[in-house]
Amino acid sequence: MNILVFVESAEGKIKKNSLEAVAFAHTMGGSVTALALGNVESAELESLGKYGAKKVLHAADAKLNQGLIQAYATVIAKAFQDENSDVLVLADSSLGTPVGARVAAKLGASLASNVVELPDTAAGFKVKRSIYTGKAFAQVELTKPKKVIGIKKNAAEVKEVGSNVSVTPYQVSLSDADFSTKITSSEKATGDVLLPEANIVVSGGRGMKGPEHWSGIEELAKTLGAATGCSKPVSDMGWRPHHEHVGQTGVKVAPQLYIAIGISGAIQHLAGVNSSKCIVVINKDADAPFFKAADYGIVGDAFDILPKLNEAIKAAK
Amino acid sequence: MKILVCISHVPDTTSKINFIDNNTKFDTNGVQFIIGPYDDYALARAVELKENSGATITVINVGLVDTEPTIRKALAIGADDAIRVNAEPTDSFFVATQIAEQAKAGGYDLILMGRESIDYNSGAVHGIVGELLGIPSISPVMKLDIEGSTAKLAREIEGGKEYLEVNLPFVAGCQEPIAEWKIPNMRGIMSARTKPLKVVEPSTVDSGVKLQKFELPPAKGSVKMIAADNVQELVNLLKNEAKVL
Repeated sequence: MNILVFVESAEGKIKKNSLEAVAFAHTMGGSVTALALGNVESAELESLGKYGAKKVLHAADAKLNQGLIQAYATVIAKAFQDENSDVLVLADSSLGTPVGARVAAKLGASLASNVVELPDTAAGFKVKRSIYTGKAFAQVELTKPKKVIGIKKNAAEVKEVGSNVSVTPYQVSLSDADFSTKITSSEKATGDVLLPEANIVVSGGRGMKGPEHWSGIEELAKTLGAATGCSKPVSDMGWRPHHEHVGQTGVKVAPQLYIAIGISGAIQHLAGVNSSKCIVVINKDADAPFFKAADYGIVGDAFDILPKLNEAIKAAK
Repeated sequence: MKILVCISHVPDTTSKINFIDNNTKFDTNGVQFIIGPYDDYALARAVELKENSGATITVINVGLVDTEPTIRKALAIGADDAIRVNAEPTDSFFVATQIAEQAKAGGYDLILMGRESIDYNSGAVHGIVGELLGIPSISPVMKLDIEGSTAKLAREIEGGKEYLEVNLPFVAGCQEPIAEWKIPNMRGIMSARTKPLKVVEPSTVDSGVKLQKFELPPAKGSVKMIAADNVQELVNLLKNEAKVL
């Protein structure tokens, strides 16, 4: 089986969820080729060998420095054909998911996104995907010879399994139509841990009583190396930026640890956190529904508990 | 300007998810169906564009006859007419193919939908429709303005956003805060009853995706409560029991 992995990068570095995609492909078995686009540091590209890629292709065209859905789909579909690939694996993300859809349509491939575990290839090719925003799973069989699968965060564990590989330049002729969408500028939260990729998330809700009280959450997040999140009412009221909204219609997170402070736990919020490994809920209302979905809970005043928790974690490190 | 808004008919976000027939069918018993929340944002933005600069809005849904109340709600919110492709929406490629065919026939300037449906969460229909029509597709879009034949958009990326420009026609998968959800008023509800709703039969598509079975996640164990004056115990548990620190 030939597997092509689309590897996403940001500021020259390979994204962690793409390393998971390489690890996922490696564990599937077969021959793994990783494809990176635009500006990526060569040491980063070579290191993909360590995580299971046998071959690394790099389409270094400067026009691909920005993540354009159409242009990326063209390059990936072409590489899929040139490499006689059977399966494309990519990490589901704001870029990966829409790109994967276009690639599948170009190739006439079976498509499944939000895949949570390795395919069952004992008879046919079956994948398990997360549906109903994490409330259920579906097992689907992909019946076409070509397949595109998007994997959900934490579907694979990143491990070193090999050594560096040399990078093969890859060129594709692109047309103007591939660049009909233009990115004019971008805004990025710099220096912080990105919420969708974070291993630990500290989230606040209306119980925080106002944006001026967020320093407690930010300090705890800093101690933990965590990203900060919030509930929908908090982002709706403009206390926190929209990209921190965790929930059904916001970011779905899948961290090792999710700490919810002053969030009651409406079902729409739970839909965004139900893939977390461990959930801690701190709320002054003992009847908050979030406790039912938590692993650990504390009933109490957030303003009182936050600094103490921060100190206790600092001491434990 | 002609806008096509694609809507899904999905269980209300508070629904309890269960399956019947040996875990092969969604249990609709006691479930309230709504316009997909992301699609609802797309529709709300379409209605705003119509109010600001004039447009006609067609809504399309791939679904069986039971989706018609959901379609009528979209008409009540402000769409002018509707198309229902009479088929079960089994997977992204199937749904996208039906939409692309109707879109081709209708010649739309703008095709809007949600970034994903909240039942299957594939987030693929906009991309496939764009590819089938040979036009750009952009998702997830959180801001959309039209100036003549050009659109200015903002797309959410991990931890930030990106601003884009594209010429019409194109497909956008939408999310908040592109517009505020609209609640239909009485006049809208009355007029929706008589707005045209065309039913068309689907074309045959082999998506290469076959559902085997559904399953529910294992039940969550009960919560361990810790006293508010003993945060040290929480830290110990996180470190030694949950092993997440």
